Amino acid sequence: MKSAVIVFPASNCDRDAAVALRDATGNQPVMAWHGDRDLPDVDLIVLPGGFSYGDYLRSGAMAARSPMMETVADRAAKGVRVIGICNGFQILTERGLLPGALLRNAGLEFVCGPVAMRVEAAAARFAPSLTAGEYVTFPIAHHDGNYTAEKDVLDRLEAEGRVAFRYVANPNGSANDIAGVVNEAGNVLGLMPHPERAISQVLGGVDGRRFFEGLVGAMAAA
Amino acid sequence: MTDITPELVAEHGLKPDEYDRLTAAIGRAPTLVELGIFSVMWSEHCSYKSSRRHLRKLPTSAPWVVQGPGENAGVISIGKNRDGVELVAIFKMESHNHPSYIEPYQGAATGVGGIMRDVFTMGARPVANLNALRFGSWDHARTRHLVGGVVAGIGGYGNCMGVPTVGGETNFDAAYNNNILVNAMCVGVAERHRVFYSAARGAGNPVVYVGSKTGRDGIHGATMASAEFDEQSEEKRPTVQVGDPFTEKLLLEACLELMASDAIVAIQDMGAAGLTSSSVEMASKGAALGEGGIDLDLDRVPQRETGMTAYEMMLSESQERMLMVLKPGKEDAARAIFEKWGVDFAVIGETTASGRIVVRHAGEVVADLPLGPLADEAPNYDRPHDPKQAPAPLADPKATYVEVEITLEAPDKSADGLNELAAAFIEDRLTHESIANIGATISPGRIVIYAVSAFGQSLLTAPLREAAANLKQSGVIEAFDVEAREASVDLADQPGAITMLTAAARLMTGPDLCSRKWIWSQYDWSVMADTVIGPGADAALVRVHGTDRALAVTTDVTPRYVAADAREGARQAVAEAYRNICAVGAAPLAITNCLNFGNPERPAVMGDFVAAIDGIADACGGLDFPVVSGNVSLYNETNGVGIPPTPAIGGVGLLDDIGRTARVGGAEAGDELIAIGITRGHLAQSLYLRDLFGIVEGPPPTVDLGTERRNGELIRKLIAEGLVTACHDVSDGGLLVAAAEMALASGEGLELKTPVKQRKAAFWFGEDQGRYLIAVAPGAADTLLLKAAMAGVQATRIGRFGGNFIRLDQSEKGADIIGLLDLAELHERPLPDFMAGPVAASSVTGENLMPMPADAIRNMILEALPDADIEIEDLAGDGDHYRARIVSAAFNGRTRVQQHQLVYKALKGKMGGELHALALETEPRD
Repeated sequence: MKSAVIVFPASNCDRDAAVALRDATGNQPVMAWHGDRDLPDVDLIVLPGGFSYGDYLRSGAMAARSPMMETVADRAAKGVRVIGICNGFQILTERGLLPGALLRNAGLEFVCGPVAMRVEAAAARFAPSLTAGEYVTFPIAHHDGNYTAEKDVLDRLEAEGRVAFRYVANPNGSANDIAGVVNEAGNVLGLMPHPERAISQVLGGVDGRRFFEGLVGAMAAA
Repeated sequence: MTDITPELVAEHGLKPDEYDRLTAAIGRAPTLVELGIFSVMWSEHCSYKSSRRHLRKLPTSAPWVVQGPGENAGVISIGKNRDGVELVAIFKMESHNHPSYIEPYQGAATGVGGIMRDVFTMGARPVANLNALRFGSWDHARTRHLVGGVVAGIGGYGNCMGVPTVGGETNFDAAYNNNILVNAMCVGVAERHRVFYSAARGAGNPVVYVGSKTGRDGIHGATMASAEFDEQSEEKRPTVQVGDPFTEKLLLEACLELMASDAIVAIQDMGAAGLTSSSVEMASKGAALGEGGIDLDLDRVPQRETGMTAYEMMLSESQERMLMVLKPGKEDAARAIFEKWGVDFAVIGETTASGRIVVRHAGEVVADLPLGPLADEAPNYDRPHDPKQAPAPLADPKATYVEVEITLEAPDKSADGLNELAAAFIEDRLTHESIANIGATISPGRIVIYAVSAFGQSLLTAPLREAAANLKQSGVIEAFDVEAREASVDLADQPGAITMLTAAARLMTGPDLCSRKWIWSQYDWSVMADTVIGPGADAALVRVHGTDRALAVTTDVTPRYVAADAREGARQAVAEAYRNICAVGAAPLAITNCLNFGNPERPAVMGDFVAAIDGIADACGGLDFPVVSGNVSLYNETNGVGIPPTPAIGGVGLLDDIGRTARVGGAEAGDELIAIGITRGHLAQSLYLRDLFGIVEGPPPTVDLGTERRNGELIRKLIAEGLVTACHDVSDGGLLVAAAEMALASGEGLELKTPVKQRKAAFWFGEDQGRYLIAVAPGAADTLLLKAAMAGVQATRIGRFGGNFIRLDQSEKGADIIGLLDLAELHERPLPDFMAGPVAASSVTGENLMPMPADAIRNMILEALPDADIEIEDLAGDGDHYRARIVSAAFNGRTRVQQHQLVYKALKGKMGGELHALALETEPRD
């Protein structure tokens, strides 16, 4: 299975994502530069966390308009799996590949720490190693993680079972405690917490490893 | 050409004799640009002119030291990675005190940015940041603003860089009201064969400028950092630089990419005094190695503004810039890398063999100076220094207090009525500062109110009497009686009128010991996915990527000890860094330091400085813990008032196996608590005497280096053998505070027992050095005690973990007791409350006897945790003693203390803090 991590200027979780993907897939992922358009055929694309373009204008706004994002949007339309983590989630919403927006945290401060989340149906479909209704813990580290959307959009997300993760104790004011959502086709996932920081027992748990392994396992089987 | 007048010389911070020295060295009057160059190079910040001769006394070598002081940062070997490549840790600590006081966000942010550049300029990827912060007292008008700005600035820069901020320390003390200290430390990791240095050797090599464009910001920052403050200082805002972590992140990646090739001769960060100090330092180091010299053409410097003069360009402190000397012919390959990352790249000169720095601008030579007088031959003063007299020993401290008993007779009242009356009476008086403790006991028809005065206050007996009289007059009670008596206690025996655990809780609620979570939850401490132990621990532990080893990092100093005795206090700071590293199982390797002092022209300040250096040298020598880098920050004074001497120590150690460590939390029910080291009960300069009784006298505790080593080695061995379930260094607040912190972190209560023949308060609050607390599984305690005895280390059983309470000395008469979640709440609330608004009155209150029906408790819990399944049992049938069992999804992924806190929050305000009477069992939902 082949994967790619997109590197934007001031991505800072690109290495962490690459390590998690290498561990889960057994292959070194392609590190793709934001300014390029060419991307080899891959089965999975990760938009990593960080402060792409220094968060200037709005988090993710400038990265969403980079040449490589044209390619990512094309691949997503063709059904390639895309995961946006933290800043990657912000880029996906700015690009319009996922609905809603991520506003400044309700408490106005940057928040870092492990958070417990309930796995919802969409995440269990995305990574079948997770079961809907179970609880997993990933770290968060963000300033703009307050998920917001129009009421009818939220209602649709809920009705269509497109919420992926929900915070147990909402750390940032997100609507409906939403920590992650998927697109209509179910192949694009955005989430604020960092599964790539939870891949070792010594380093704060293995729920993230289970997520990546389940995802990779399901794709290999498909 | 500008006339060089005495006023102009003075404005540049040069004394008349220094100016004479300057003209003698160059044989003529300087140009304005040259005066500016001398001004920054001879500033305290760049020349270390007051400290150089003393810093030489520090031990700087050990077999593992690759590079000691004198480079951008120190370098130590940390063994090979899985591919057999030797790795090094590169680290340094630096101050950004004055800028942070003037503009806290940018001052702190650029401090963090600067120290990271010092580390990556040597080829290392930064892997951990720490910050040692000292602010003024909580009642000072600027403190909240400064704390908020500094914390946001540190987070704003470090978070964007993607380097975890994993530790540090924070003190609050009125002595820092007008001179806060912001000391930033950065640790990086590199391959040993790819470490880069700053000596620009060889002539004819291109000198390359990379990074942000040069603007007019921060001109004269180095001179500002070398002067005292006064009322006009806040007008110096334009001399504070503005940081851009985005550019620095790109600069970091571009530099590391270039460093992987073989193109760089030398590289140096443009920090304080920017282009001037970087070019002079690189060239003079090259000259020291045989040949050196540099020609710069300022027209080729990337500029943010038009019309900048040579003077402005040479003195600008625009951030995120580096100066490099490349091998000839490597320019194009290097340029391609920087262009890819969108970072400016310009060849602005070349190295020469002239031994001079020559600067051209608009076709003219604007400076042509010999390097020697600027660097190696800069002023080097032996300033007068008066040693301070060692403080006299502290005689047994005593406290007097008043106890009052008021009996209210109300024979007709129901039990509920009496309860309400007692609660109201107590509530009304809780805010009186003179009252240390107030409580009540109720029997049929009678309430007995018991009140005790706070230390140093005479109890307001009259108002209490008046309140009782009013109740009688209005017919609420029938009669009353007031009895008062004075009592005196020896503070080594008991904490005045309050219990031991109340005293511990007050210390842990105070500014110095309350939880710092509000600060570190704003830092990304888990990015890079290598953080084994994050903030809030003794030392942070960061895995060395690609290995099973980890770096242990800490910053330490106890300013009140140094103020009392600079030599002993400095020894203690080194010893505490050593101990904190041992407490996570790592071997201490080396330190960096940041020596913050007042005006060195005052003999008393210089006396403290010299004594502190002597103390650091002694401790580092005795502990094999050499100094590999450091920074001196003098003139930390405002209107002639200096800060307490504050030599902050940044320690780095190495853990061989990340699976063999110990944490402050980790103790399980049944584990025994064992104190390692000797407790004599040293109370002088303790937090206990200072915070509770206002006594700041006597000598600080002394450090015995032999004991420190022996105890540290034993602790590391016990952790490596897997015998220890939790470990905590014993420092501020002594054993009781350390034990309570372990209980909180582990989510387990504690039964504590004072050893016989010990004076209770001295034993539990004394701050003797060389001590640790460890938790040990019940079956392993005997083995462990035997190992300690064989190592010649004193080990004492002092308690056992388990339950929801901390209890001290259980007997038939009862015990001193505090609920774990009470304490957690008290410990965590003060800092967020302070930052949220006016200082909240924090008081550990006495009994509150308000009864509460079970249904009310259930409803309140359901309001906060709608999914909860709740069983409530009224234990005594009195509407006052409950046990509740609660299952909720909200508990998932949370520690027991955090689960209880959720419940506590749900009940907050309505139970009046009285949770003794609610035994909680919480369970996550499956």
